[in-house]
Amino acid sequence: MKQSTTRAVAAVVIVGMVASVVLAGLVSFYASPQPDGLEAVAQDQGFADRARDSAATDSALAGYEVSGVSDERLSLGLAGVVGVGVTTLLGFGLFLVLTAGRARTPDPQA
Amino acid sequence: MHIPDGFIDAPVAAGAAVVAAIGVGVCLRGARRTLDDRTAPLAGLVAVFVFAAQMINFPVGAGTSGHLVGAALAVILVGPYAGVLALTVVLAVQALIFADGGLTALGLNVLNLALIAGLVAWFVFRGVVRVAGTGKPGIVAGAWLAGLLSVGGAALGFVAEFALGGTAPVSLAAVGGAMVSVHVVIGAIEGVITALVVWSVATVRPDLVVGLRAPAVASSERQAVAA
Repeated sequence: MKQSTTRAVAAVVIVGMVASVVLAGLVSFYASPQPDGLEAVAQDQGFADRARDSAATDSALAGYEVSGVSDERLSLGLAGVVGVGVTTLLGFGLFLVLTAGRARTPDPQA
Repeated sequence: MHIPDGFIDAPVAAGAAVVAAIGVGVCLRGARRTLDDRTAPLAGLVAVFVFAAQMINFPVGAGTSGHLVGAALAVILVGPYAGVLALTVVLAVQALIFADGGLTALGLNVLNLALIAGLVAWFVFRGVVRVAGTGKPGIVAGAWLAGLLSVGGAALGFVAEFALGGTAPVSLAAVGGAMVSVHVVIGAIEGVITALVVWSVATVRPDLVVGLRAPAVASSERQAVAA
């Protein structure tokens, strides 16, 4: 039972990771370029000009573009894949740290 | 629905950051208590998948687009604590590396898109499956409604913050009405995606969906399964 659960989790993680890389790296190019809900409301209601660039605007990946890569598709796809990589490190890292030392002993109070 | 810097004034943004930090702290403690060796990797995966899915804006008409928030999906699959943390990781990566959502607005975005959306989704989903059962109708209806109302809750969170600290002298009623009407459409689509993914996972391995576990028996069941 234990073995099959571990295998099921591994299967879900592999399928999910592949789907995430495909979405961020390839499908993202076909995403709608229209303003999102809040941006559209801000434009229609006349407060879009209040938006200020954040301190992260100088990031090499700001706006989901890799600075220095001129091909739009490649730039966006690379940014997406890097984002998946960073989120993988931080996400899996955080949850592994949180369960460290008690991974196989679920808390009876939980 | 990521709020950029400048829409909401500094005091309200700072207040939201304090509330968000307290909420995330509660979730860190909760996740430490409830995660185990099979939910932890799934929580990591949820963060990655939500990051990727948020890159896919879909058109919703009138020159406007929306994208998955993912809070409903996250809390139903891995529970409210880990789900909120997964969304927080995504929002932090987006703000810090991609300049998507402001830096001083990060607390506002965590409050709206992780905490409010996640809590609304969790209670809606649990309420629906309690009434309608954990069969296909209950799961699909619960996940759809959780997706819809989580986006609505986040939109209302923005409206409240704009009422308290909006930097532009525009009609609150007009902003509120516009936010709700566009996000009802986006939320309906959020609900469909949430229901599709939750139903897919629940069909293959219902035991991996934390939102379908009975809280009182979850841990003894898990031990029985492990034994």
